[in-house]
Amino acid sequence: MAQPAPLSTVRVVTLTIDDRDFSAREDETIIEVCRENNIPIPSLCHLDGLSIWGGCRLCMVELEGQTRLFAACSTRVTEGMRIQTQSERLRSYRHTILELLFAERHHVCAVCVSNGHCELQWLAQKCGVDHVRVPYRQAAYPVDSSHEMFRIDHNRCILCTRCVRVCDEIEGAHTWDIMGRGTDCRVISDLAQPWGDSTNCTSCGKCVQVCPTGALVKQGTSVGEMVKDQHFLPILARRRHAQ
Amino acid sequence: MQQPQPKPPSPSEDKRWKLVNATMRRHGYAAHALIETLHSVQEAFGFLDEIALRFVAESLDVPLSKVYGVATFYHIFMLKPKGRHTCVVCTGTACYIKGADALLAGIHTRYDINTGDTTADARLSVLTARCVGACGLAPAVVVDGDVFGKLTTDSLITKLEALD
Repeated sequence: MAQPAPLSTVRVVTLTIDDRDFSAREDETIIEVCRENNIPIPSLCHLDGLSIWGGCRLCMVELEGQTRLFAACSTRVTEGMRIQTQSERLRSYRHTILELLFAERHHVCAVCVSNGHCELQWLAQKCGVDHVRVPYRQAAYPVDSSHEMFRIDHNRCILCTRCVRVCDEIEGAHTWDIMGRGTDCRVISDLAQPWGDSTNCTSCGKCVQVCPTGALVKQGTSVGEMVKDQHFLPILARRRHAQ
Repeated sequence: MQQPQPKPPSPSEDKRWKLVNATMRRHGYAAHALIETLHSVQEAFGFLDEIALRFVAESLDVPLSKVYGVATFYHIFMLKPKGRHTCVVCTGTACYIKGADALLAGIHTRYDINTGDTTADARLSVLTARCVGACGLAPAVVVDGDVFGKLTTDSLITKLEALD
């Protein structure tokens, strides 16, 4: 997360979002301004309190005078910016990105512990994804149940890296990271060893709470029982940055 | 004030660890020397095993998962020992169109190994590269550092058979 600069030196800029006027601090990103003003922007990798990743590309917005799209989570506001968050083009791109996420691994909501509490599922419902037009990859990924309290199911992972960032930036353990590239990418603990064998995992469970899907869950939860609680994150992030 | 972490002892008496330690010392044991250090391990030992990865992680004070992530992201780093000969099949656009996959299939049929594997007798390793920059020679293969172009499955196998 960006360090907020001392208030006295931060300028205020004015901008329009969906033809409505807003003012914001110039060190804010578009998505932060939108969230403050209850303008819905879909996103899976962005989480208030964690550093900017810009990986899911769901928060793309249109800027007037620019042909390419910009990720709202990694673009800072500027004076006179004119932003469109809803358009036919954006709707179709977001729809396609969600379909690709579903096709990439096994997201079977009916048997998922996060059914009903899943950010991917909510977004798909909100964006009207009722069909996936691309073929499913049907690649098998492992499930690691070796940790006594938690479980990771790579089949439900969307590689948003929230777990990697919260473990590194908030807990400070950096147990998680991403290995490989392309379709071989996988979240790993230590040297791609079973999570239960990890020497530096503190079993704090922050990664489980920030995971947007049912990839990281508590042991012993059944279908639909895994409810995530992220209220700790902004508080801890603030205190970390205050140090 | 935080005390600097004491440096771990070399994993074995092997003199090659001195080369690795020299690389890390040259960069002041900074975390950003990770790739440079892994290069040095690979040059000295030919591949990166778990002992080496743990030693580098501890020496540079970098998380284990990060070291593993970097080592698996770059094609140049090998986690398994290489064979005596290496055959790098280019799978860049030009070579791909000209039948790089047929070359790989031919190797698989003859030696029963896939990309990244080494034959059981440690004679030959097969790798792929995104583009070796010899598009005019497509499909190109690099055998032990020498580029060969315009290959067919048969001519490639003949070449590989001729290696000692």
